[in-house]
Parts: sequence; C-alpha cells; structure tokens
Amino acid sequence: MSTMIKYEEKDLKVVGTRPLRPDGVDKVTGRARFGADYSLPGQLIGKVLRSPHAHARIKSIDTSKAEALPGVKAVVTRDDFAEMPVEFALSGELTVNFHDVTRNMMAREKVYYDGHPVAAVAATSESIARKALGLIEVEYEVLPHVIDVLEAMKPDAPLLHEEQYTEGVTPRPDKPSNLAKRMVFSRGDVEAGFRQADVIIEREFNTKPVHQGYIEPQACLASYTEDGQADLWTASQGHFVIRSQCAKVLQMEVSKLRVMPTELGGGFGGKNNIYNEPLAIALSRKSHRPVKMVMTREEVFRATGPTSGANVRIKMGCTRDGRITAAHAELNFQAGAFPGSSVAMAAMCTFTRYDLEHARVVANDVTVNRPKVAAYRAPGAPIAVFGVESVIDEMAKKLGIDPIEFRLRNAAREGTQTYYGPKFGPIGYVQTLEQARAHPHYSAPLGPNQGRGVATGFWFNIGSETSSTINVNEDGTVTLMIGTVDVAGGSRAAMAMMVAEELGIDVDKVRPIIGDTSSMGFNFITAGSRGTFASGMACVAATRQAIDKLRQRVAQIREVPVEAVLWKDGHAVPAGGEAGQFAPMSLADVAKVAGRTGGTIAGHAEINAQGAGPGFGTHIVDVEVDKQTGLIKILRYTVVQDVGKAIHPAYVEGQLQGGAVQGIGWALNEEYVYGDDGVLQNPGFLDYRVPVASDVPFIDTVIVEVPNPNHPYGVRGCGEVPIIAPMAAIANAVENAIGIRLCEQPMSPPRVLKAIDDAAGAKA
Amino acid sequence: MSDMLYEAPGTLRAALALLSGANGKARVMAGGTDLLIQMRSGRIEPELLVDIKHIPDLRAIALKRGGFQFGSAVTCMELIEHEAFARAWPGVIDGVKLIGSIQVKGRATVGGNVCNASPAADSVPALIAAGALARIVGPDGKRDVPVEDIPTGPGKTSLASGEIVVSFILPKRLPRSGDAYLRFIPRTEMDIAVVGAGVNLTLDRRGFCTLARVSLGAVAERALLVSEAAAALVGTKVDDAALRQLAAAASAACRPIDDKRGTKEFRFKVAGVLARRAAEIALQRAGRKN
Ligand SMILES: Cc1cc2nc3c(=O)[nH]c(=O)nc-3n(C[C@H](O)[C@H](O)[C@H](O)COP(=O)(O)OP(=O)(O)OC[C@H]3O[C@@H](n4cnc5c(N)ncnc54)[C@H](O)[C@@H]3O)c2cc1C
Repeated sequence: MSTMIKYEEKDLKVVGTRPLRPDGVDKVTGRARFGADYSLPGQLIGKVLRSPHAHARIKSIDTSKAEALPGVKAVVTRDDFAEMPVEFALSGELTVNFHDVTRNMMAREKVYYDGHPVAAVAATSESIARKALGLIEVEYEVLPHVIDVLEAMKPDAPLLHEEQYTEGVTPRPDKPSNLAKRMVFSRGDVEAGFRQADVIIEREFNTKPVHQGYIEPQACLASYTEDGQADLWTASQGHFVIRSQCAKVLQMEVSKLRVMPTELGGGFGGKNNIYNEPLAIALSRKSHRPVKMVMTREEVFRATGPTSGANVRIKMGCTRDGRITAAHAELNFQAGAFPGSSVAMAAMCTFTRYDLEHARVVANDVTVNRPKVAAYRAPGAPIAVFGVESVIDEMAKKLGIDPIEFRLRNAAREGTQTYYGPKFGPIGYVQTLEQARAHPHYSAPLGPNQGRGVATGFWFNIGSETSSTINVNEDGTVTLMIGTVDVAGGSRAAMAMMVAEELGIDVDKVRPIIGDTSSMGFNFITAGSRGTFASGMACVAATRQAIDKLRQRVAQIREVPVEAVLWKDGHAVPAGGEAGQFAPMSLADVAKVAGRTGGTIAGHAEINAQGAGPGFGTHIVDVEVDKQTGLIKILRYTVVQDVGKAIHPAYVEGQLQGGAVQGIGWALNEEYVYGDDGVLQNPGFLDYRVPVASDVPFIDTVIVEVPNPNHPYGVRGCGEVPIIAPMAAIANAVENAIGIRLCEQPMSPPRVLKAIDDAAGAKA
Repeated sequence: MSDMLYEAPGTLRAALALLSGANGKARVMAGGTDLLIQMRSGRIEPELLVDIKHIPDLRAIALKRGGFQFGSAVTCMELIEHEAFARAWPGVIDGVKLIGSIQVKGRATVGGNVCNASPAADSVPALIAAGALARIVGPDGKRDVPVEDIPTGPGKTSLASGEIVVSFILPKRLPRSGDAYLRFIPRTEMDIAVVGAGVNLTLDRRGFCTLARVSLGAVAERALLVSEAAAALVGTKVDDAALRQLAAAASAACRPIDDKRGTKEFRFKVAGVLARRAAEIALQRAGRKN
C-alpha cells in the first residue's frame, strides 16, 4: 500500500462544508460514554496509594492489614510487576523507556515525586478501597529532593537516579547527574554570525510546568479472564499504544489484550501513556473480578504528566536592516521523575520559522522530583518560542521595524533549509504574516495601558502508522471504521466527509466509528496533529480500494471490462468512448445486489503515512494592564494559520481557538505550586487557574490554505500550532502596553505587579 | 464514610433539639455548597446533617423597625432578586453576587458563607462594613453578635456547640449612604478572593463623611474590621488625600500569608488599591438619589 497520496485540486461538494459532527448529539444530551461511564457486573473499585514524599527510598511495604479488611479482593505492589530492561518505544511525540514506565506506574526502589503510586487496592466499594489504603504500611527513608531545573543541574543537587550518566556529552561524565541527556542541533557557524550582527540581544526566560487541563480525569475498566485474556476500556488518545504498553509491562501477548476506546474528554497529549491501566488489569487478574479505576482531580494533578517547566536562554543577532545573522538557544527542560521531556521537539521548533544561516540549539533533559512530564500540544515548542519571539520583538523595536515586517524579512519559505534537518516544501508562513498584517485587528486603535503583540509558531505535523476500513452496507450506506481516537476535535466528521467526497454521497450516509484494537490494524496515537492528515489518508485509501471493487463488481454485472466503468458522483457510469455502454448503477444499487454477486463490498488500508506538511501561524493579541493590581486582560485575539486544507472549517476554527485559549492560560495564571517539602499545593482547578470562558474574548480566526502536496485534500494538521505563539504574543503586548518585558511565565498579577514596582523603583 | 443521618426539621425548636442530641457530631446544612464538598474530600465526616432550609422563619426577608432582617437560610439568589434590599445595600449584594455561579447561588446562603468561616468569603466583608448583626439561637437562648465576631479563623467560628445563626440584622439605612464590595481574583469568575474590600459610608448634606466602616477579606485569618481605614474617611469629603490615607491604612492592617493564591507583598498593595476603589464606588452610590 502506498504511504503517500498526492494532492489533486478538484471541485469539492462535501469537504469544506460544516455538517454536524456525528458525536455531537450524544455529547449535548449526555449520552456519550466517557471512560468513567463503563461498568461491568461484579466490578470492583480500584484505588492507588501514593507517595506523600517528593523523594524517598522504599524500605518496606506491608499490605497484610489491608488484605485482611473485609471487602478487599486484591492488593498489588511492585512485587506484582516484572522488572523491565531498558527498551525504548514511541508514545505520542515522546519516547518512553519501559524500564521507567514500569517504575512510574508503580514505584520500585524509590518514590520520585509526591503522588508516585506505591500500591493499589481493589475492593467492593470505593470507601472500603480508601480505608484499605490507610492500612497499608510503607516504610520510607526520606531523601533530599529537587524541584527546580537549574537547581537540579547543579553538581551537588540531590540525585534522582544513581545510574544516570549524561548522554550526548563526550567524554562520558565520570559522575552520575540529573542531566539525563544533552542534544545539540546546529547549522553554520554561530560565532561568525554574531560577528556580523549590529544588534545582539540575549535574554533568559523561565516557565512553569502546566497541565493539559483536560476535563475528564483518567478512567479505565479492566476485566481479566481465567484463560489469560483481558478486555480494557480506557479513555486515551491511542488505544493501540495503550495495548502495547500494557502488554509489555504485564508480559502478555498482544493478541490477548483487547482495548476499547471510549469518548475522550480531552487529552492534549496527556493521555498517551499508561497510568492506572496496568494496575487495573493486574488487580483484575488477582481478584478474578472486573476492576474499575477513576482518578480524582487531585490524582490527575499529582501523578499524571504536565508539560515541562523550563529555563531558556536565547541570544540572537541581526543587522541594522533587520536580517538575523545568528541565533543561539539553550533549553533546560524539566523531564520530571524520569528522562524524556519534549526538549528535543522544542529544540527543532525554536528558530524554525526563520531562514537562518547560523543557528544552534543546545537542549538539556533534566530529571527532577516531579511527575514524569507528558506531551502537551506542540510539546515543548511554546516554551522555546516564548523566548525567541520575545527577543525578536525586542530586536524589531530596537531597530524601529514593524514586528511583522521584521519577521517577513527573515521568514522561512519553500526551499528554506532548516537547522535540524529537512528543507521546506511549500509552506504558508509568509501568507500568515501577510494576512495578519492586513487584518483590521492589526491597525485598530488602542487605549491607555493597552498594547498589541505579535508572535508566530511552527509545528512539524506528523504521519505514522494508521489503518482504516469502510464497509458498504446492504442499503448503500457506509460504515467507516477509524483507528485513531477522535480526541474530541471532530476528526470523525472530517474522515466521514473525505469518504463521502470520494464516494460522491451525502456525508450523513457515512457513519464513522472508532474501532477497537482487535478489529483493525495498528494505529499510532492521535498526536502531533496527525489525525486528519494520516487517518484521512488511510480513509481515502480504503475508500479508493472499495471504489475499485465497486467498479469491478459493476463490470462483472454489466458484462463490460473494468476500464469501461467510471465512479462518478456516487454512481458507476460508462467511461465513454469505445469502452462500452451500460445503465449506470448507484452505490445503493450495487450494495443491494452485492451479497449475491460475490459478497459485500469493503475497503481497507494499512499505511504508514508520510509527507506531513509543516504548519505555521501568526497571532495578534491586544491586552490591557491594570498597573495597580498587575491584572492582564485579553481584549482581542486573532489567529492566522496555514492548515493546508480545512476539511471541516468550524472544527478547524475550534482547534485554533482552543489552542489560543490554552496558551492564554499558560501565559496568565497556570502553574504548579510546590511547597518547600516538594508537595504539590494546588492539585485542583480552584487554585490551578485555567481560563474561564469570561476571561477570554471571542478568538477570531483566519484560515490560510496552502495545500500539503502529500495529502489527497491538502491537509496539514492544525491542532498544535495555535498553542505555540500565545505566551510570546501576550508578553510582547504587555511590553507594548507598559514598557516592561516579562521573561517569566505565568504573568500572574503578583509577578506583573512586582515587575511594575521594580521598574518604578529602578527609575526612582 | 460511615453511616450518616439526614434530617430536615420544620421548626427551629426541632432543629435545636436534633443538634443538642448529637453531641457535636452534627452539622447544620443550609445550601450545602461548602459542606458537601468538605464531606466529599473527607475533610469532615458528620454523623448527622440538620437541613435548615425547611424552617420558614429562616427563609424570610423583612423590614423591621426600619432595618432589613433576613433569615440565614435565604439563598443568595433570593437576596439578589429582592429589589428593596438590593437598593438599600448594593455593597452587600456586590459580595453575594460573587459567590459562585447562578446555580451555586441558587442554593448557597449568606449564613453558610459566614459560618463556613473562610477568610476569603465574599459576603462577609460587605456585611461587616454594613454593620450587620447575626442573631444566634442555641441551647442557652438567643444573642445578637456583630458579624466580625463570628469567624475566628479558617473554618472556625465563635458559635458554641448546638448554636444556629438564624438571621442577619442590618441597621436602618440613613440617607446619603452607599456601600460597595470588590474582590481581586486573577480571573473573572469562579475563583477565590485573593483580597476583598468592603466599604460603607454615609455623607452629610454638604458631602462630608459622617460614618464609615471598612472591612478587608483574605488578608488575615478572618475578615477584618479596619477602623483606622474608616477613620481616614470620616470628616472628609472622601477626596484624594482621604482615599490615599484609607489605602495606606488598609494596607497596614493586613497580616497576610504567602500562599498559592498570592504573595504577602501583593496582598498588602492590592488591599489598599481595592479599599480605595470600593470607597469610590460607595461614594458614588451615596451621592445617588434613592
Ligand atoms: C463552585 C463554587 C464556587 C464558589 N464560589 C464562591 C465565591 O466566589 N465566594 C465565596 O465566598 N464562596 C464561594 N463558594 C463557597 C460557598 O458557596 C459559599 O461559602 C456559600 O455561601 C456557603 O453557603 P451554604 O448555604 O451552601 O453553606 P453550607 O455548605 O450549607 O454550610 C457551610 C458551613 O456553615 C455551617 N452553617 C450553615 N448555615 C449555618 C447556620 N445558619 N448556622 C450555623 N452554621 C451554619 C455549616 O454547618 C457548614 O459548616 C463557592 C462554592 C462552590 C461550590
């Protein structure tokens, strides 16, 4: 099967329209079943005992009293899971190491963060399970801990992993450290580039870890049978990857584990990894009963992966006429308890929007006593870009050049060689800048204490393993089985639309469902903005295979050569010319007789999609700063983004708006607050402050469509790019409003007020 | 959680009897918007809930001897929708309006807000500034206590075991009076006050301030009545100099903590800013014909 289907321009009937999403009615009526909505007869409730310490050695675990409590049916600890060797696998945009995965789901030698699982209990009720947790006796030897990334990089910092020697530096260090890995991406001669510069700006930036903020806490239900088979329902972004990871850590054969996807109440990168799933299966195996586990919000915050907090240093130089001559970045990312942050992704996205001869990014992955980080929308990129786009703003200001004009003078275009690898094909960065500049927002008047900021973002978008099946039903309707989870963005609608377009039928004749792991071939996670690109391509390939079968069937029925049959507007019609004449047949006509003329018609595709099209976006934001309280109000926000092709424009707009709002939250108030004891102080939505609806204006969107040549409809993917620019755009707007550049996120009122007071103090 | 009883008595006498029979293991429940959350999180495990919403006297809003009196089980929405009350005490309504969403306010009560004793409770500084008294009934009879004397620290009140707040009594409203409450939160709603400020003032015919009360929330272990701040206004035309003094006195009265919701430094500053802004609104309301 070809793994690339080229773009063809054609008249579109379905693609580009705005039909209702297939999951919409269920969601607004409350019928949709999310992870916690599944139950089985006789199920037990599973609960996890978590470490109260940021860092400690586990000396002993005694579960006997918990096991003796009436109603408790099973208890599992580290002793119930096998040791795992070092072995890497892809999980979303990030790579996981099974040696660490097994330790993260259930602590072995040590606990590495407040909330680290130590034991799990299954009991006949939640209150019994909770009571049992209190009866488990764990003896800890508390160790010094480290939370901050720069502290963790110091030579005398408390060490998490005694066997961790920094990878990527030569010679190999003679002492272990928290610096797990160093990566360097570079092009040209940065020092020579700086010598050509008229203006050099160097700044340091700090960001806090932020949570994806999905509304649905992780939830799963597992049932293990006496013959070693298991069914698992779980709310994840990729049930096939959950299956692989569970099978690995539980040492099961993949075929014996079937994972059913549920509706997903948001993931944004946070639901690519296993947490409770293997514990639920192990508890079910031990208790011979189904086990359901639903995290509390507090558990979600304490123990699932946020994105990294980071320290970023940016140095850039440019000529007087605004040409960047050199760019250097050092990215220090918290990985959490185990190595493997998104710092490599961040490094590749740092300067990629610009055509640079000399660039270097040094990326450090650092372990600290926090939960292991997970992906979060454009993993890592917003952190690095916050620094770069702030420095660019400062350079433009210094030279008196309009910030969009400055970016245009340096913009990456088709043919630009990136510093991390590929050369760009057709991309739409320049178009997003030009359309932003032409947008009425960019020239609207501003009032006192108000300011405007601009920033831009780049994300690769990805392809990868995907499969899809279409079944033509006996009445001519179509069931479409998709293997990539609809992460609530509406991808089911988009897939159904592409299938309807190919078949020439109405979109409501296509019913899309997400298949389980036993019903179709492997699908990688919905991540990296690959869903509509890769799964869309698989759906088109499956549909084209079905169309070939339809043509063959009609040729056989009408007794003409297959070349004589053309599929057009939902009908098999004569190709014309010499080939032969026959009465056209509709899809329903063929479907009606398919059974008795050779069997039902279906199409399937198993591909590894290649050729993802990079995405670029430009954001404009207006803010107002209350100089007496430090409160930043977002007045107006516009997102301009190249998405290749918006299959369903309303859902694309939703992605652009949602990304911007999450970025606004990151910029303004979201942060993990740890006490000196290394314990998380704000594990809930009251004190972990995501924006509420009234905090944000309507987010205006402008969709730019520069087709990706490697997708039948030109799709690039659009979910990641919009979260990249907001932090920088807002910081730039604040600078424009009050003349103070904020280099620390979040720009919460106490921080902003302090910066205002410090600036006033410096002047006085 | 172990077994728990729920009772919804129809009279105050029955409610008091239930409470006194439960030797401290009972909780009064009004709207339950604090109580149920505390029970769910395991923070409290009461053996008996006494729901006071079915006691008619506790649900009345009335004008008595020229002053308003409202029952402790009156919901926030009922108070907000009571036009005469809202006209007389717009600052109290400012505070009440900030309590959660419309749905939360449909259940939540001012009595619960006061007795829950959160230092950040939004109706409390406004009530203190208004000079409200709480009428308390218990095994030993009835007493009227200024609202500022009820919360004593986070989650702690001066109520004795078995006592219920039955109503709030506001003073007779004088002409040329106005009150206001403002809170600072980093978001626009669904958040908890980092600083709250309530100001209530009365002017004479020439525009001089004759009476003032200022209260601050979330800057100490309980809401504070700040008499120095009030004194800064009395005898002035509430001009810029007076407002500056008010702000300084408000800041000086704070004894905040550094926590996840804000730094000490921030609370000192913003307490002054909000007290001033609230005074400006109160002044404008006092000047309004009503
Ligand atoms: C989503 C949400 C948002 C919220 N937002 C805010 C906000 O912005 N600002 C704010 O201040 N609060 C807020 N709250 C907290 C809460 O709604 C208020 O404190 C509310 O006023 C409590 O009233 P209630 O009637 O529900 O109290 P309950 O929960 O019934 O009681 C609270 C406490 O007071 C005791 N009690 C109640 N009535 C009496 C009485 N008459 N006599 C003696 N003791 C009594 C109870 O035993 C309990 O200890 C919010 C709550 C939620 C759930």
